Parts: sequence; C-alpha cells; structure tokens
Amino acid sequence: MGIFEYAPAPESASIVDIQPSYGLFIDGGFTEAKQSFKTINPATEEPLAEVGMAAAEDVDRAIAAARTAYDKVWGPMPGRDRAKYLFRIARIIQERSRELAVLESLDNGKPIRETRDVDVPLVAAHFFYYAGWADKLSHAGFGASPRPLGVAGQVIPWNFPLLMLAWKIAPALACGNTVVLKPAETTPLSALWFADICRQADLPPGVVNIVTGAGETGRYLVEHPGIDKVAFTGSTEVGRQIARSVAGSGKKLTLELGGKAANIVFDDAPLDQAVEGIVNGIFFNQGHVCCAGSRLLVQETVAEEILGKLRTRMATLRVGDPLDKNTDIGAINSAEQLERIRTLSDLGEQEGATRWSPACELPDRGFWFAPTLFTGVSQAHRIAQDEIFGPVLSVLTFRTPAEAVDKANNTPYGLSAGVWTEKGSRILWMADKLRAGVVWANTFNKFDPASPFGGYKESGFGREGGRHGLEAYLNV
Amino acid sequence: MSERLAVRKTYKLFIGGAFPRSESGRSYVVNDSKGGFVANAARASRKDVRDAVVAARKAFPGWAGRTPYNRGQILYRIAEMLEGRHAQFVDELRAGGLTRPAAAAEVDAAIDRWVWYAGWADKIGSVAGAANPVAGPFFNLSTPEPTGVVGIIAPDSALLGLVSVVAPAIVSGNTAVVVAAEPAPLPAISFAEVLATSDLPSGVVNLLTGLRGELAPWLASHQDVNALDLSGADDTLATDCERTAADTLKRVRRGENPDYTVDPGLDAITAFLETKTVWHPIGV
Amino acid sequence: MGNVGDAGEVSTLTISGPAELRGFLHGLPGVDQIGAEERAARLGTRSIKTTAKAEAIDLAISMVDLTTLEGADTPGKVRSLCAKAMHPEPGDPSVPKVAAVCVYPDRIAIAAEALRDTGIQLASVATAFPSGRAALEVKLADTRDAVRDGATEIDMVIDRGAFLSGDYAKVFDEIVAIKAECGTAHLKVILETGELNTYDNVRRASWLAMLAGADFIKTSTGKVSPAATLPVTLIMLEAVRDFRAQTGRQVGVKPAGGIRTTKDAIKYLVTVNEIAGPDWLSPEWFRFGASSLLNDLLMQRRKLTTGVYTGPDYVTVD
Repeated sequence: MGIFEYAPAPESASIVDIQPSYGLFIDGGFTEAKQSFKTINPATEEPLAEVGMAAAEDVDRAIAAARTAYDKVWGPMPGRDRAKYLFRIARIIQERSRELAVLESLDNGKPIRETRDVDVPLVAAHFFYYAGWADKLSHAGFGASPRPLGVAGQVIPWNFPLLMLAWKIAPALACGNTVVLKPAETTPLSALWFADICRQADLPPGVVNIVTGAGETGRYLVEHPGIDKVAFTGSTEVGRQIARSVAGSGKKLTLELGGKAANIVFDDAPLDQAVEGIVNGIFFNQGHVCCAGSRLLVQETVAEEILGKLRTRMATLRVGDPLDKNTDIGAINSAEQLERIRTLSDLGEQEGATRWSPACELPDRGFWFAPTLFTGVSQAHRIAQDEIFGPVLSVLTFRTPAEAVDKANNTPYGLSAGVWTEKGSRILWMADKLRAGVVWANTFNKFDPASPFGGYKESGFGREGGRHGLEAYLNV
Repeated sequence: MSERLAVRKTYKLFIGGAFPRSESGRSYVVNDSKGGFVANAARASRKDVRDAVVAARKAFPGWAGRTPYNRGQILYRIAEMLEGRHAQFVDELRAGGLTRPAAAAEVDAAIDRWVWYAGWADKIGSVAGAANPVAGPFFNLSTPEPTGVVGIIAPDSALLGLVSVVAPAIVSGNTAVVVAAEPAPLPAISFAEVLATSDLPSGVVNLLTGLRGELAPWLASHQDVNALDLSGADDTLATDCERTAADTLKRVRRGENPDYTVDPGLDAITAFLETKTVWHPIGV
Repeated sequence: MGNVGDAGEVSTLTISGPAELRGFLHGLPGVDQIGAEERAARLGTRSIKTTAKAEAIDLAISMVDLTTLEGADTPGKVRSLCAKAMHPEPGDPSVPKVAAVCVYPDRIAIAAEALRDTGIQLASVATAFPSGRAALEVKLADTRDAVRDGATEIDMVIDRGAFLSGDYAKVFDEIVAIKAECGTAHLKVILETGELNTYDNVRRASWLAMLAGADFIKTSTGKVSPAATLPVTLIMLEAVRDFRAQTGRQVGVKPAGGIRTTKDAIKYLVTVNEIAGPDWLSPEWFRFGASSLLNDLLMQRRKLTTGVYTGPDYVTVD
C-alpha cells in the first residue's frame, strides 16, 4: 500500500453557534462591559468573538451579587438542594458535550479528540462528584456541620479552560459558597457557555458570576476586600504576587502553580508503555500542563534503547488542525506562549544540549511548535529548571534510585512525578521520597474528581479533588 | 357516555431483569385502606427465592466491577426515573392509606434519599478506607469492598422504607434479593419497573412480593447469600432469621425502628462492606 | 547472544540451550496491562474516512484468510468457500481477491484443486489443531499430509501446556521440527493468546516462536474465547518490530477470530501502521483470520461506492 494516509477527518464546527460578542455574566444575566477584546482561534488566527473586559465597577457589582446570593439564597440553602442544582449542571454538560468539546478546541487550540475524550467528560464528572458531597459535609471529616467561607474569587488559566472552571466552581458551590470567576484572557468562551448552562439549570442569580478580562481584572478580583476566599491556578510568578497581596487580609488562599516534573524510567520498566507514558506526559495538550513530565530521567542502562523507541514514537505524532479527529498535537495557545517556547528552546541549544524533532509539516497560519527532544541535559541547564509549558522534553540520565530522587527533587517546584518500574517496592520507595503532590507510577497525567491534586513547594498549596478538596472551601 | 375502561396492571415478580409470575402460580389479595380490592399480587415461593439468588450472584461480579462513578451515574438515573413517576407513586401510596399530602411528602423524601445514596458511590471509599500508618517500611491500605448478595426484608414503609434499605446495599456494588413490604407491595413493583428502565444491569436488584414469614427463612439459610437486612421482620421472625444466618455466619443488620426524617448515616452502607487490607514493602 | 538494546543494528541472536532460552524470554521487558490497553484503545479512535477508508477496505479484503474449520466441512462446503475467495463480489471484478483459504488438512486436496492457478494461498491448520494435545509424530504427520496435498502455508498451534509449565524448550523444538516438515510452505505459529492469559506471556511466546523460525505469528485458533483482541495484536506487532530491528528478519502477524466488522479491521490496520510500520501493510506480512468479516467489508465497500446502507441479502454466502 505504501503510506497509509489518513484522509482529513474534520469535526464540524457548525454545532457551535458563536455570537459576535459577549458581555459579562453577573447576577444571573449578561450585561455589556464598556470595553471589549477579541478572542481568536490559535490554529488559524481568526477572531472568534468579542468579549467584555470587566472593569472595577463590574467586578464590584459581581462581588455584591455573589454576596447577596450567599447571604440570602445559597448560604441558607440545604445541601440537598445545592446538590440537585449541581446534578442538573452535570447533566446539561453531558447533554451538550459535543458542542462544548468543539468550542473548547476552537478557543484553546487543543485537539478535538482530547476535548471530546478527556476534558469534557472530566468536567461533567467533577460536577457529579461534588454534587454528591453537598449534602454529606458532616461525613467529610471536617466536623459535625462545617460552614462555607462566603464569596470566592477564582482566577483560572488557559490550558484546560472548562476543566479548571469545574475544579474551582464545583467544590465551591457544593460547600455553599458563591463565586466570581475570571477565565483566562485567551480562552473566555467555554466559561461564557457555562454561564448559559447555569441559566438552563435555573441556578439562582448571583451564585455564579463570570467576569471576563485580562490580568488587571484578575488582580482587582483577588485583591478585593469583599471576598473571603481566593483560588488561583496559573504561573508561580503570579501566585507569589497573589500570596503577597492576600497577606494580612484574612482571606483563605489556595494556589495551583507551575511544575517541572520528572518522569523517571528505570531499566526494568515496561518499556513500550513507558515510552507511551513519556509521550503522553509532555506532548499531551501540547505540553501546556502544569504537571507535565517535562524532564525525562532515564536510567543510563536503558537510555539509548528508550531514546530510540521515543524518537520512533514521536515520528508518528500528528500535528495539525485541532478539529481533525486524528490530530495528536494541536496549536500553541497564543503568540506569546509560542515566543516563550521558542526562546527557551533556543536557549537549550545555546547551553549545549542536543535538539531533535521529527520531520513535521506545520501549517502556515496559526501558532505551531513541533514536538522537541533535548538530550544531553543536566540539572545545570535552564531547560531542566525553567517551566517551558510547551511540547519540549529535556532528557537527563541517572544511575541509581537515590540519584534519581536527588535529581527529581532538585527544583523549587513539586507538583508531580512519574515512576516507571515493574518493581512494586521501588515504586513505593520512590513515591515516599519524591517531594511532589502527585506521583504517577506506570502511568501519567491521570485525573479523577475523587483524587486530590496539588503541589509541594513553589507549585502551590491546597488540594483540588477528593474529600481533601472540600477543605479549601470550608471554614475549618 | 360511558367511562373509559382502564387496562389494569398485572403485578409480577422482578427477577434477573424480567417480570415472571411466581413459579408456584400463587397470588395474594391486596386491598386498599377501605378494604376494596386493588390487585392480586404474586406470592413468591422458595423456588423464586432460589432463582432470585442465582440472578443476584450472576450479576455481582459485573456490578461490583463497575467504576464507582458509573454506579453513581446509574443510581442517579434511577432517581430521574423515580421523579418521572411521582404521580403514580403518590396514587399507590394513597391506595395504601396515606393522605395525598403525606403520600407526596413520602415520594419526595424517597427520591431525595435515593439521590443522597447515589452520591456515596464514589465517596464511601474515601470515608471508610484508609492508608494505615503501620510501624514498619510497609505501605498498608484498607479498602472497603462489597460483600456480595444481600437478602433484604423491606420495612412496611412502602416506598421511603424500601429505598432506605435498597440504595445503601447496592451503591457499593452488592446485589440484592428484596422481599417487598407484605401489606403494601405495589409501590415495590412499580419501583422494579423504574429499575428496569434505568440502565441498572439485570439481576442487581431482584424483587419478590409475598409473605415475609415464608420467604425470609429461606434467605437466611441460603448458603449463597452473604448478608441480611431484617428491617421489615418483626422481632420473632428477625431473631429466628438471625439464628439461622449464624450457620453461614452471614452479616446481619437488624435495622430496627428507623426514623426516616433524619440523616440515615452510614451504617446501612457499611453493614454490607468487607474491609480488605493490603501490605506491600517499601524499598529500592 | 547478540546485543540486546542496539536499536537498528542487525545482530545474530543465538540461544544455545533451555536455560538460556528461559533466561532470554524472562529477561524481555514486561508489559503493563493498563498502558497497553490504553494505547490500543487510543489507536482505535483514529478516524479513517473517505479515500483512506476505501483503500483500507480493499487492503483488508486482500488480507483475509477466508476460513472454514468445522467438523461438518464437506467437499461441497470447501468448494463453495473457494469460489467466494476467488469472486467475493460476483459482477464486480474491481474487488480484490482474498489472500488465502484456510481449512483442515484433510480438506486441502479439494481446495488445492479448486484454487489451481488463482494465486490465492492455501493454508492448512495442523499439529492436532486446535488443542495441540497429541504426540509429535501425529503433528508431523498431519503437517506432512497437508504439504503433500498442496498447502502453501501451515498454521500450527504451540503446546500451551508445555509453555504454561515453563517447558519453553519443548515448544521451541516442536516449532523447529514442524518448520522442517513445511519445506517451502510458510509457517504460521498460533500462540492461542486467550489461553496464555497475560500480555507478558504473549510477548514471550511471540519471541519464542520467532526465534524458532516462524514466518508468521498468529493470535488464535478461533475456537477459544477470547480470540484476537487489539491489545494482544499490538503486543505481537511490537514483538515483530523489535525482532526485525534486532535480527534483520521480518515476521508477519495474523489476528484470528472475533474480528467481524470493517470498523474493527480498520482499527487493526491503524495499529499495524503506527506500531510496526507501513512495511507490514500488505498481505505478505499481515492477515486477518476471518469468515464473516469479508461480507461486512463488502457491504461497507458498497456503501462507500453507492452512498446507501446495504444488508445481508446483497452479499453472497459461502
């Protein structure tokens, strides 16, 4: 046959009805902002819609609405009823799943296969999971009747827009808080769709408020005296600023920040699955993952074999149109992010590491970066220390488990780690020694609403998911 | 104009996802609170019990093997179907003697309670399980697992009571053989119809109508039943069953005098869980 | 022994003795069940449409080993199957011929007569198929008879009892003996993966068969459930890929049993493409052991060319 060409298999965008412009969702309705900005499709650079830029008075109004809703409606409401609203939301997400998957792919640049098979199902699952806690808080291990905090200000990143929204809103509402959430500047649309879903679910006005905007809006929100709780997922740099601004305010804070995770492969690993785990760890979602396995630590005895298999495997990765169902790697989210990835990659070369990418035909328009491998990297290289947040893997070697642990922990970050070996006791020993909030053994990038997620050290504090995830939103 | 003649429902058993009559061919009369005839309900025999246990055992590996999320989804779907039949259940409870407001309140409470239990499917593990801090280089994990087939004698409260014994048994992965409330079996059969239209795999819940005194002892002695819920048995019957159950060391829950107005707590779930503790060394 | 781990370098892999064989097989990397199944499932989400689908369907048809392995196989049944193999779609000569016909050894003579000069291969099952529970002489005899009567391919079964009790040398020696009996006929070695139970065993059995001289490794007899699955085939494709990298010799793969739909067949082709590579995408290196698959392929082919859904009345029975 020769080359088995997969013909284009595009998912149709016609299922999504994107309006020319959107306002802010405050107190149960959409209102226009004085200023607006465009959100574009990073695969084509085409504008998708104009979105409101929330100003100070908009945020004030949103917080006031959230406060009223908390005092009068949501706070006093029995958990049983909060649960039912959350179940409704979960159901509607399932019903509109294809529409949401296409929308997210258009606005973010990630492949439709991922939004369809990973993002949107997890979003629904988070709402289902936390719906079930709303009327069981007395059984959660936080005392007989734990109370909510009040109004939560939440700022989320662009890498998993709707999923990060679910991680924030589901537990907050389940515990009885109301929220004002600011989605990322480059990915506001799925949050606005969520606002519509709240309306379909008849959620009382003011319980969820969505204020789109840029950095300034987010800063104003988290520094606002009218909120009781701040939740932020994003860069460590911004996380520090927020922690500074919250100091002395009495607001509760949880942060989920950056990472530079080590994916550690021993010579007795199941090699083919380890290669898959490495690929999944750094190329899934274009590497725009805080817990990405961006450092491969491979035992020297098996390094060449693993790298050979890895290069062969990388050559079968398909980079291209995110709406094509066969695409593995989509577009980089923005011109800025692409620039950052390029700069750090060039730095890697300058520092003496060996750069390799499979042959890749990249489209002319849009923001694209081929999956890239750097070998000959050591901890002293910047590409082993700085979070690149792109499809770039730095490869280091080690000889013994102790050395692997030292290198893995040799970072101010501590979000996640991967361990690949068929030896159970070593998995548990490594897990014990690794200073990371999530350890994946013989797998990677696994998420579940029942599983707590969060970092050590400068990757942040607090946990999202599971029973532990309730703590962030309770007055305990 | 003559009034339209209704097509009356036949009330059969619910075994293995199907609605068979009792193999004994017997029935018993169900009257309303005024003594008027309502229906001939099937009167299950020991052979129906036997068949139901076979169905429940067959369904157990599949049901227990589903993800907790999936079980929670299915139970939530059952709640949706219950809600859809709100009016029908109100009518059946009224035929059993409740006033309209009381019947409506009971149906509301039954649905809400079912929703409460549905949410436990993917949480009971976090609450009843633990990583245990043993004094040695060992990873030690305790996880709750479903015990197997649960025989349930449902209480007189025809819907709320029924829901309060069935949901906690199956949410963790057990399968059940349920003897419906003897005086008011009809809501139980309508409930079985809800289960049959809710993606619940066949055999997970099997429902028998008939005489408690006749059926309970067969469940209690059955060697392939792992646990019993005796909520609907009077003291004498319950004690007899407990004694019989001792032969196979079944886990027994008496479930006396429940107050359906309060948070049910976890005992109805944990009564039918086993705890498995696994050790593994930690070392290079 | 040759160098394990020098990907791309051809080396001679020689094993001298049962202990070394055991050491080699047990030294192969393990397979993580969940990871392997996830990879297979993700490959199964590839969307093959329009032109790619049409090519894949024709390729799949050309890879079919059309099979009848029933106690009730009569000369009439065998002739009917051969006729279907030669003309899968009467009236449409653009439909490719299948790769081979596969029958029991004592039906080979009839099939050879029917398939004379057609270019379709003639495969015989052998070695006390399907159980493999018989003396070596019996297994050699039915191989010999099939080859004498015209079989161009022999599908043998391994001794699973010996494999599962760790007697790898016995399994190895039997394969070598049967291969010698084959002459110019190609040898497919059936691992019966459904009885091997773990992916680690499938990997080891694959390597054992290839080291012993198999031309093809085959998943199943089709008489035991589970038969072929996508993850098992994936593991076998990894094995042939790694074997060629290490020894320079290419071995084919045949999943058999349980592949009934075009959708399934295309998932297998995608898996071949992305695991072993395009070199294996021809009937020379990949076959489907199937009977009802062919008709589904024909129906899907018709849907693509005519645009309408069709039904069983419009394809022939064999």
